[in-house]
Amino acid sequence: MASLTEIAAQGRRIEAHRPWPRVVVTADAWRAVAGELAAGRATLLGLWAEAGASGAVHMAVIGQDTSDIAVVSLECPERKFPSVGARHPPAIRLERAIQSLYGLEPIGAADTRPWLDLGFWDVQFPLGAKLPAPATRPGYDFLPVEGENLHRIPVGPVHAGIIEPGHFRFTCSGETVARLEQRLGYAHKGIAGLMAGASLERGARLAARISGDSTVAYSIAFAHAVEAALKIEVPPRARYLRALMAELERLANHFGDIGAICNDASFAIMHTHCGLLREQVLRAADACCGHRLMMDRVIPGGVAADVGRDATAILREALKIFRQRFPRLVELYDNTASLQDRTVSTGIVRADHARKFGASGYVGRASGRNFDVRKALCYAPYDELEFAVPVLSDGDVNARIWIRIREVEQSLSLVDQIIARMPDGPIARAIEPAGNGEGLGLAEGFRGDVLAAVRIEQGRVAHCHLRDPSWFQWPLLEAAIEGNIVADFPLCNKSFNCSYSGHDI
Amino acid sequence: MRQTLFESLVHGPLTEAPPTADDAALAELATSIDRLARRRLGRSLSIREVDAGSCNGCELEIHALNNAFYDLERFGLRFVASPRHADVLLVTGPVTKNMREALERTYAATPDPKWVVAVGDCAFDGGIFAGSYAVVGGVSNVVPVDLHIRGCPPSPVALLQGLLALLQCVR
Repeated sequence: MASLTEIAAQGRRIEAHRPWPRVVVTADAWRAVAGELAAGRATLLGLWAEAGASGAVHMAVIGQDTSDIAVVSLECPERKFPSVGARHPPAIRLERAIQSLYGLEPIGAADTRPWLDLGFWDVQFPLGAKLPAPATRPGYDFLPVEGENLHRIPVGPVHAGIIEPGHFRFTCSGETVARLEQRLGYAHKGIAGLMAGASLERGARLAARISGDSTVAYSIAFAHAVEAALKIEVPPRARYLRALMAELERLANHFGDIGAICNDASFAIMHTHCGLLREQVLRAADACCGHRLMMDRVIPGGVAADVGRDATAILREALKIFRQRFPRLVELYDNTASLQDRTVSTGIVRADHARKFGASGYVGRASGRNFDVRKALCYAPYDELEFAVPVLSDGDVNARIWIRIREVEQSLSLVDQIIARMPDGPIARAIEPAGNGEGLGLAEGFRGDVLAAVRIEQGRVAHCHLRDPSWFQWPLLEAAIEGNIVADFPLCNKSFNCSYSGHDI
Repeated sequence: MRQTLFESLVHGPLTEAPPTADDAALAELATSIDRLARRRLGRSLSIREVDAGSCNGCELEIHALNNAFYDLERFGLRFVASPRHADVLLVTGPVTKNMREALERTYAATPDPKWVVAVGDCAFDGGIFAGSYAVVGGVSNVVPVDLHIRGCPPSPVALLQGLLALLQCVR
């Protein structure tokens, strides 16, 4: 079988696309790439569509051993394309979303039910043909589950806690979950539609609001894509300030998650103390960057504002507090048998599933997948900073907590290094107003890698696709909960902490 | 654990003094709260949070209200798990079309008297997502809103100011 490089070499190279190649390929070559994914020689980074004259589908892949990235594109004049999901399950939901949003049909797909379209829109294929919605719509068939004494528990979209909307359909035998099926899309805001034709400034503001907990990561991924498209060299100080914000975001979310997971096992003291640490990160971020979540601080070309003069002192003081308090909380977690009883061996993600789905972040790293775009792509300034990517193999809730604990330690060290090495100089480059180009960008958020694909025409966003890491994590949650008890679902769900809004876009 | 618990006993409270109620919020509320309801509720309100398609930024800051610095429960305000137990719906997001029916049903399931607080710039008028095929744009297009707390997202202090204004009117 032809390798990825050979397949790419046969296609028509799009010169405007940077930094990795994009090639327009034939349907046969498209199928061959799907075969590479199915064989495990490449990992799917994203699969998306755009309207255009005829419509096209794009697939970003990364080589299993080489970390070479390529985008293959297939034009769809007949509004159909060979299904990738038929051979490679991680593509199934992405293809269902393409069908629902653009009306491009994946030929050979096993699951043709809509995705994201829950039957409430006025239009059908809102990003494609924009047909009026049919007057009557068929109901949604959840997958059948057969067996004696099974009962179903529908949950959501409005949940009991302060969380995002989504629907979970549990089929249970007594306490044990036989199958969980998710139905998502309640937070779908049609952001791809709003992106088309937006100015770069508005595009950046939209990107910052795809998933509020990862606003910095999304802004960096979007900026990476725009800067690649327009060949903008970002000043070193801006790179360091971005990394500072990215690590603060990681710290805030990991502190919050560690406490919240323990809270879902009714161990409130961890929640209280981790909540204090999270609040102190946000206050430090507010004092240094002028916004608690650091929204809109990263912009294409650099960063929007420099940190204040007292930032170093504020951050050093915060780091001191975290280094005093966090180890004791880790010890508390490690020494509480009743808590470990809930987290150890609960909600196991199999290593082969994590690898096949290209699960990133703590979900992948708790199941042996050693992938972090800060290391794999070494984007500045991470090429100059020392840090380790922790990996565990148990794949349970406990492992996902420990990955977060280890990442907190790494991020504390990274913030130290960033403060010590922070270069002087400008914080942004001007962007030429009428530039053209195509770019692909990746950034490591707290949850995993965020992908941004952008095409810029006359200085405006012609097309933008943003892919949340949750796309490749949500399906693994369905697999992980099987055979666990219903009462452990909140615990498992929180240990994944997938984004609803980032997935639903 | 003993050391952590002991320190919590001897350490002074972290909880900060409450902010004053927001004037603009008081003015908005003056028209919507009737005396009968005030008498019935006394000084305590139960809040049901509904995410109607937000980016989850507002949820993060609403969560923060429960941490020891803000300690929402000292004011008699607490989050409950069901609209059946709620006096207040705290709604975030531009109200996606996919969430409209769920929001209407949640409102219908909340017993009277009830108030709706729309949190964030999206909940005010759809914010940056206004005009999309997938959003209704503003909570008041779906259910009657008594108070808007603006911000993207509003800080916990801004949320407290708005909720304290609500509490003052109910008292």
